[in-house]
Amino acid sequence: MSLLSPTAPVTTTSRLAALKVPPTVLLSFVVIALVIAWSVAPGLFTSHSPINGVPADKLLGPSAAHWFGTDHLGRDLYARVVHGTASSVSSALIAVIIAAVAGGLIGLLAGFFGGWVDILLARLVDVLLAIPHFLLAVIIVTALGFDTTNAAIATGISAVAVFARVMRAEVIKTRQAVFVEASFLLGGSRWHILLRHVLPNASRSVLPLAVLQFGLSILVIASLAFLGYGDPPPASDWGLLISIGKDYLKWPWLVYAPAFVTIGTVLSLNRISRWLRQTD
Amino acid sequence: MASPNRLIATPRRDDIEAPSLQPATPLLRVDALSVSYGRQQVVSDVSFALSRGQSLALIGESGSGKSTIARAVLRLLPNGGHATGRITFDGRDVLELSERRFRPLRGRAIGFVPQDPGNALNPVRSIGAQAMEAAALLDEPDDRVRKQRILETFAQVGLDHPQRVCDSYPHQLSGGMLQRVLIGLAVLPRPALLVADEPTSALDVTIQKRILDLLTRLQSELDISLLLITHDLAIAAERADALVVLKDGVIQEAGRTAAIFASPRSAYARELQADVPALNPDRYRALRDPGFRRRDAGATAKIEVRAVTKTFAVDGRTLTAVDNVSFAVPAGTTHALVGESGSGKTTTIRLLLGLETPDSGTISVAGEQLSGRSPATLRAAWRHLQLIYQNPFTSLDPTWTVEKLVREPLDRFGIGTRKARNAQVRQSLADVGLGEHLLARKPGALSGGQRQRVAIARALVLRPDVIVLDEPTSALDVTVQADIVEVLLSLQANLGLTYVFVSHDLALVRQLAHTVSVMHRGRIVEHGAVGEIFDHPQQPYTRSLLASIPSGTTGRVSPSRPRAVVTADAPG
Repeated sequence: MSLLSPTAPVTTTSRLAALKVPPTVLLSFVVIALVIAWSVAPGLFTSHSPINGVPADKLLGPSAAHWFGTDHLGRDLYARVVHGTASSVSSALIAVIIAAVAGGLIGLLAGFFGGWVDILLARLVDVLLAIPHFLLAVIIVTALGFDTTNAAIATGISAVAVFARVMRAEVIKTRQAVFVEASFLLGGSRWHILLRHVLPNASRSVLPLAVLQFGLSILVIASLAFLGYGDPPPASDWGLLISIGKDYLKWPWLVYAPAFVTIGTVLSLNRISRWLRQTD
Repeated sequence: MASPNRLIATPRRDDIEAPSLQPATPLLRVDALSVSYGRQQVVSDVSFALSRGQSLALIGESGSGKSTIARAVLRLLPNGGHATGRITFDGRDVLELSERRFRPLRGRAIGFVPQDPGNALNPVRSIGAQAMEAAALLDEPDDRVRKQRILETFAQVGLDHPQRVCDSYPHQLSGGMLQRVLIGLAVLPRPALLVADEPTSALDVTIQKRILDLLTRLQSELDISLLLITHDLAIAAERADALVVLKDGVIQEAGRTAAIFASPRSAYARELQADVPALNPDRYRALRDPGFRRRDAGATAKIEVRAVTKTFAVDGRTLTAVDNVSFAVPAGTTHALVGESGSGKTTTIRLLLGLETPDSGTISVAGEQLSGRSPATLRAAWRHLQLIYQNPFTSLDPTWTVEKLVREPLDRFGIGTRKARNAQVRQSLADVGLGEHLLARKPGALSGGQRQRVAIARALVLRPDVIVLDEPTSALDVTVQADIVEVLLSLQANLGLTYVFVSHDLALVRQLAHTVSVMHRGRIVEHGAVGEIFDHPQQPYTRSLLASIPSGTTGRVSPSRPRAVVTADAPG
């Protein structure tokens, strides 16, 4: 790349114009906004109760009255999905925060200090990477006890290594940047450089990864819930809904409805993540 | 579109066409070309013509649309680029042709020499393999004949061992050799037109001259027309029969090189001419005089470097980057270190700043010895000793605002109260000619010149006595360079700063330095006052460096007229 690679002056207005959000990304944002709205105020989106059903209406197919149909106890499935969102989304958020903070810190220290700190932390990360993520999550949640928060913590720990890897690589790249040496010459201490120059620059590529990981975490937590490692019924986590639904294969919407919601959310997050990486 | 700008820029229409209309039809004719990306128009109503065997230079700073015009001629505009007007090449309308019909022309009839030879070749394939690919354009079915033609052409462009070059990979060749390879590949099919987009801006001065000589020679030997794109007026003046001066995509002036040089009519062409260091060695005389007086009055040495040597171990061999280097800089003057890349200039200043430790020798700044100090004690020295980096695109943290960037050294050294610091930041920015409206901007929203000013303001805010400048303008346009140099010199005149100025641009050194050391392979081969070195160089190496300054002698340098003349009049 030439030294004079075009870095056009960017004002706020031209930046908005330059972002030119593609339609699929816009759609993804709409989906995510809806999911967030579901988790914040589920009552606004459905009047049915997620817990108390009408036994006479059990196992009805999707209709205007019951968008996703009803389950074996006559509960509205749409209401259960909407009410289960909060727990699915917040647990995925917990997982991502744990992974990004712990992994980011490990990567930051390993990359910046190098030497034996790097060797020690890098080996730890290698060990974590060597164990399959899902297996690791299962082991941890078994040790912690079965509930959704623990499942989230387990998911987060299993993803620490990925963040540590990316962060370490970014930190090593940033540490060699000219502006880092410039700050050193301008009297900056190591901690100042680490926290004010290296961290902000290195985190720019961690953000898309965090969004991607958010989607993955929803899947992993759903899988853990499916296996029964999450909150027990009548909770309605998306994974748990799919798990219950699989016992009623003659009424496939019980699996498809929560599965499509999960898939739609994860795909939207992936699309946003890819877009973030491009624009940065 | 008989636009007003054409009328203003070129009052006499015949003047543009005079150099080109002698043969009935010019080889390349551009008529009212406009190029736009989306709603943004980058080239507006540009017309010029180039005859067979002639050369024409498009001149302008970055963003003037000169490369866009070249891309339009080659039909290589990036997606979203839209060209209107007419481009006639050899009787055919380039813009009208379908891609399938145009493709046989590109490469075969119109050759292209790119800007950065380092990026233009595939690093994982040998030169020979890539040359064979280019040779597919030859109307020659026999592989052995093609191979032979490649070797002949490589010899013709001055590559001494064509076969060995063919067997090499790009990273094994120097920038100058790579550019020769690319020129060779471009002229291999004997094109009628060669488009060279800043063919030497990534190369050292001495190599730059040789490459330009090569282009000039090939042009007459092979009867090729040359469309040269450059930001350097001196080069254009020397190499082109006709000039087109562009600014913001609009022609400012066009005509025969000699005519434009004798009397530039547009304000912009005059400004460009005034900003080229090679043409104006004494431009900053008034600003430099205080330094000369200080030197002549025997000012105490601010910087003393004595017998410094630094070696690096590379692949088991020791490489002497700096070999027994000594120089002293009187307070309030500018000392220049000149030399080609790899001559040890950058290592010398890194030693001077304490970023590297010398193997032997001593370095003292303001009477305090720096060599052998720990980083903690060096920090105190850096308060008075600052560095300005070559590339303002990498030396500023992209996530910080201008205000924070300039305030950083004050915060780090804990100077003054918060309020006083903010005032100092504003003062420092004002010193380098930047307004307060830029305070909240991030580097990404600044131009190259503005960024370098921010970098200078950041170094100045500590009020250091010594500033080390590592090729501070090499990434910038000439007009921007002139601005920066003026800022630096007026700061020196007003504040009595001492500069160590590293550069490969001798014309620039001539304009602003008081004393100079010429470095070659880690040694100082010659040093002394600027006037003496430039007027009476003793060493052959210094002479060859001086000879490579483009003189701006109008008219094309013909291969039969060696440039000894230039050596004599360039230092002026």
